[in-house]
Amino acid sequence: MNWPLRMPRLTFWRAVFWVLMALGAYATYVRFAHGLGASTNLSDAFPWGLWIGFDVLCGVGLAAGGFTLAGTVYIFNLERYRPIVRPAILTAFLGYVLVVAALLFDLGRPDRLWHPLVMWNPRSVMFEVAWCVMLYTTVLAMEFLPAVLERWNLQRPLRWMKPITIPLVIAGVILSTLHQSSLGGLYLIVPNKLHALWYTPLLPLLFFISAICVGLAMTMFESWHSSRAFQRHLELPLLAGLSRVLAVLLLFYLALRFVDLNHRGVLGQVLEPGLESYLFGLEISLMLLPMLLLFRGHVRRRPTAIYLCSVMVILGFVAHRLNVSVTGMETASATAYVPRWTEVVVTLAIIALGFAIFRFVAHRVPVFAPVEEPATASGTPAPAMAGFPVRETG
Amino acid sequence: MPKAVLFDSVECVGCRMCEEACAKRWNLPYDDTIAQQEKLSRQKLTTIQTVGDRYSRVMCMHCADPTCDSVCPVGALKKTELGPVVYEERRCIGCRYCMLACPFNVPVYEWDKRLPRVSKCDMCHDRLKAGKPTTCSEACPTGASLSGERDELLAEAQRRIREKPEAYHASIYGLSEVGGTNVLMIGAVPMEQLGMPAGLGPDSLPVLTWRVLEHVPNVVTLGSVLLGGVWWITQRREQVARAEGRGGNGRKS
Repeated sequence: MNWPLRMPRLTFWRAVFWVLMALGAYATYVRFAHGLGASTNLSDAFPWGLWIGFDVLCGVGLAAGGFTLAGTVYIFNLERYRPIVRPAILTAFLGYVLVVAALLFDLGRPDRLWHPLVMWNPRSVMFEVAWCVMLYTTVLAMEFLPAVLERWNLQRPLRWMKPITIPLVIAGVILSTLHQSSLGGLYLIVPNKLHALWYTPLLPLLFFISAICVGLAMTMFESWHSSRAFQRHLELPLLAGLSRVLAVLLLFYLALRFVDLNHRGVLGQVLEPGLESYLFGLEISLMLLPMLLLFRGHVRRRPTAIYLCSVMVILGFVAHRLNVSVTGMETASATAYVPRWTEVVVTLAIIALGFAIFRFVAHRVPVFAPVEEPATASGTPAPAMAGFPVRETG
Repeated sequence: MPKAVLFDSVECVGCRMCEEACAKRWNLPYDDTIAQQEKLSRQKLTTIQTVGDRYSRVMCMHCADPTCDSVCPVGALKKTELGPVVYEERRCIGCRYCMLACPFNVPVYEWDKRLPRVSKCDMCHDRLKAGKPTTCSEACPTGASLSGERDELLAEAQRRIREKPEAYHASIYGLSEVGGTNVLMIGAVPMEQLGMPAGLGPDSLPVLTWRVLEHVPNVVTLGSVLLGGVWWITQRREQVARAEGRGGNGRKS
């Protein structure tokens, strides 16, 4: 696989990237040289802000495409989705690595990141999340390993990987189920602080379902972008299939939200004017609109429409998580938290880094299914993990 | 027997001797400016709060089943047999979940430090162990802050309310809030009107997360069996299909 060697050109996005890197480097210096007080608008009354609310809560959710698609293809054997498993696993792996990077900024003592390994507290949701994230990042690395091994044509380790494929995928699905829901579980402990529109005993379930939704949306989002960036054809039938599943899941999620609000007797608060209800409205609209659109067959046949719906779902998901972690916590804390520029810049720099690393890896390692290759005949070797069947090279 | 602190808002004259004694114990600076800041901070682990012509006192409540103890991923906050909830700095990773979770908003952070710590009142754990009263109650000139056995202090609170029913509101804050605390408070009006958090039920908060966490082993075992089963069925179906020459799912020959 030879990618044409090109001189780097200064495009708009490259300029944005390097500006973010420069600002990010300065913000990093402020954070580590002068502490959290100088680099964030956090306070004793508002100890968790953008870095937890977006970088961690959203970052982990946005990476949920990895376990969703791995489970779909390997456990439920829906072979036709195989071509998009590998990009989803790469996205997930990078997502988790970047979440850990963001945590290093947010933790007061990042040098003690390893403490949960040896200092246990099984009653803590945070402890469970820490372990699941550590284990699942390892699982993702192993799920992506075959792509790297293929790149250098290391047949023997590829053979070793084969028998552990299914156990790895099962472990990945279980670890994801646990920590995706536990991120919502973190907020079960603040019934008196989180606004009634968002505090519910169902938070773990809602976080789990919305993570699957956004995992699918991210897969659609990323297919569209990589089809442009890498001049590949778009797997439209696959995306149409995912869109249909996404529409059904969104319907279930929204129904659950409103049944829960009604059950807790706070449905009326949706209409009370105020920042909370406006942002609640925004969050729900960004889920409702793509759901209605994706239920229509002709929308699912148009790549641009699918793309726009996936963007809306991603934004709706982010809105929900920020509403839980920031908006919903503000009234009780009697503070108005707005992130400092350093918090925003670090977040944007981490996202930009994610895009750049994905691009870098995808140019060097077979992430996407080969386009021209004729469908492999019946003698296909049993596929190795993470993606399309291993190509017989030599 | 667990130790406790009793704060009596009726007896408190707002002299702030407790604040000063506490600052001295922690080697923290204390002056008039700091005295005027009526909120907890890294410089002030207890504070008097003025509400009209009444006073209340803010400090760690040392819950019987502390939320901070349950949420800390590394066990840096621990409830001791003796009653106090203590903080072990060398474990702390600085996630600040204790600050988010505490129903009384007690733990505070050293935001300006490069290697920051959480700080909070530890009910003078070392002094209690040595059989001495807390430094705040020792400094209190009026008997508004007392330390001792929890059940004895509870009896004392009840006695004060019983003997002067016109002076006290007949409720003891901390008796049942979030499952009971080792700081008890009484006053002329309910303590909620003097700035203490309202609406805390009699159940301890860690119950809320444990209800979910206790299912983790079930998810792991049932999940593995279920997913393994689904995989076995789908791959078996594919094997059979291939043997019958129909070709597998999505891989038509």
